[in-house]
Amino acid sequence: MTIIAENPIKAVAAPSQVQQKVIASLAKRHRTENLFRRLGLTAVLISLGLVAVLFINIFSKGLPAFWQSAITLEIYFDPAIIKIPPMPQQRVDESDNDFRQRHIEWQTEIGFVNFNRLITDSLQKVLPDAGKHRRDLARVVTSGERFALRDMVVADPSIIGQTRTLHLLTDANIDVWLKGNIDRSLPDAQQQLSPKMREWVDKLAADGVIQNRFSLALFMNPDSRSSLASAGLAGAFMGSFYMMLVVILLAVPMGVAAAIYLEEFAPRNRITDLVEVNINNLAAVPSIVFGLLGASVLIGWFNLPMSAPIVGGLVLSLMTLPTVIIATRSTLKAIPPSIRQAALGLGASKMQAIFHHVLPLAIPGILTGAILGVAQALGETAPLLLIGMKSFVASIPASPFEQASALPVQIYLWQGNELRNFFEARTSAAIIVLLLMMISLNGLAIWLRKKYEKRW
Amino acid sequence: MSNSAPVKISATDVKVFYGDNQALHGISMDVYQNEVISFIGPSGCGKSTFLRCMNRMNDTIEHCRVTGSILLDGRDIHEPALDVVQLRAQVGMVFQKPNPFPKSIYENIAYGPKLHGLAERKADLDDIVESSLRRAGLWNEVKDRLDQPGTGLSGGQQQRLCIARSIAVSPEVILMDEPCSALDPIATSIIEELIDELKQNFTIVIVTHNMQQAARVSDRTAFFHLGNLIEIGNTNDVFTNPQQKRTEDYITGRYG
Repeated sequence: MTIIAENPIKAVAAPSQVQQKVIASLAKRHRTENLFRRLGLTAVLISLGLVAVLFINIFSKGLPAFWQSAITLEIYFDPAIIKIPPMPQQRVDESDNDFRQRHIEWQTEIGFVNFNRLITDSLQKVLPDAGKHRRDLARVVTSGERFALRDMVVADPSIIGQTRTLHLLTDANIDVWLKGNIDRSLPDAQQQLSPKMREWVDKLAADGVIQNRFSLALFMNPDSRSSLASAGLAGAFMGSFYMMLVVILLAVPMGVAAAIYLEEFAPRNRITDLVEVNINNLAAVPSIVFGLLGASVLIGWFNLPMSAPIVGGLVLSLMTLPTVIIATRSTLKAIPPSIRQAALGLGASKMQAIFHHVLPLAIPGILTGAILGVAQALGETAPLLLIGMKSFVASIPASPFEQASALPVQIYLWQGNELRNFFEARTSAAIIVLLLMMISLNGLAIWLRKKYEKRW
Repeated sequence: MSNSAPVKISATDVKVFYGDNQALHGISMDVYQNEVISFIGPSGCGKSTFLRCMNRMNDTIEHCRVTGSILLDGRDIHEPALDVVQLRAQVGMVFQKPNPFPKSIYENIAYGPKLHGLAERKADLDDIVESSLRRAGLWNEVKDRLDQPGTGLSGGQQQRLCIARSIAVSPEVILMDEPCSALDPIATSIIEELIDELKQNFTIVIVTHNMQQAARVSDRTAFFHLGNLIEIGNTNDVFTNPQQKRTEDYITGRYG
């Protein structure tokens, strides 16, 4: 106490040599730390900015595609045009098959009806000079809508003789014209619409007969080349849905089982080392190679159908498998060994220790890995091109064995469509649908992880 | 402890190898029924390894090889007809770090009995859970929150939960691998009292670094050094009148 009192300042004012060195190095340490922090922050901001640019770009382009030009018409289901026998009723003595046959014949007869006449007749009422421009008249409403009228008749034949107010999609070129996606000052030769059509469309739009309406066509219809305005994603969506189903049913259980075996049961030797190395290699194989494999083995040898979601699903399963295995193994590795020991020490068999205690703790990690793998498969395009899924399919597949497209492939196909100024927006709309699916899958992964997460 | 009590575990020339490394150089000893025997010795002397031989926990370690014979009630625990599951139900274990399952307190205790089908009805299971927790001196502290996670208890309570969990399957021997090394002095003394009571019904083998603990709780003490059993005898004798120089050096703190 007395010593400090005698010389209180010296003790504080003269740092030792070590202290001096520490102080001298402080400035540099702070500088590097600040630099690193700023670099990190910049990286985060740049990536956030890029994501924002991407989203703004896609949404600003794609959202208008959900609203399409539609014309409001009074359609008279004229019995003079729809000359068909009444819908067949099943007779008491008739077998189901015979009845179905008669019903199909009846539908075929409906197919011969000129439903376009209903539309043009109705158009003539709003366009007084239409009689002189019959060719143009037939092109106002997109050709797919006649099938919508047919379906209405098939569903309810009593509609014949009645008048209904319907909103029918206009031709894609009218949509382009009205949305201003084509330069109106271009000469006639370069315009998609004839001068007469342009005059009509502007007048109908001014009168409110043609309006921009929210359209479900994009979601309800398969792809189309004859009726571009009603081309939709339903076929591709179902194709992707079936493929994901195959991936979830195949890759996830197989991957999880393989990972559990390799991590918990397999002996460590040359063979398991080799398997491990190959699984890691498999994760790095370019996806297009899996497509080649699918084309040559699944389609070539096993004669599975081309362009079918089952083949796509198998190929994507193969691609997802290593992701699932690696994610599951790393989750299992992270479970503290004390839990295993506790169970083993009580007399649980190895299998019981794993299934009762280790797996429940690993479930959130396994689910996250599996869902991210599935999401990755959902967005994959390259292998699907090689197994024929880039072909034009104008129907909605009813099973994984029917021809179908897939969402990312549909985006690729629409991106290359000749009618650029119509399909640019539709492509972006398809991207929005795909992104929303991805986001909901990732959201599901986060939700499941939160739900099953337990602390130990 | 009189040596007239029946022999529970008899080990003869037990050697353990981790790969090329020999961890135990031929250990032979008897463990008597209803005694508390403690293993002491410096780190890495092989006492935990020998403990884990007694319920074949070393089986779970890769490249680990055990030779020699260990008889439990006269029956070799390595004989093929004896399932390791059966052995571990008979020889329970409490680990160094409390490791309750991340489940409710009730589930922690009930897991073992359910595993071995010890309770036919829910009421039986409830009884087992209550009596196990009572014997571990934990019942009064947790009886109102049996459905809460076992991981939410304090360290000492968790360790007593682990002891209750191993009691629940009615083992004959309980192996304790430094059960108090992660606990504070108060929790330690509670567990030491518990060991004293458990001795009525179980044979207890305890590995400890704490020589006072060995002196307090055990009837006999075995001193290990570098994979050899140096000395074994009544605790009083070992601590007051060691026969071997190395034992004396260790317990007087010359090395350790």
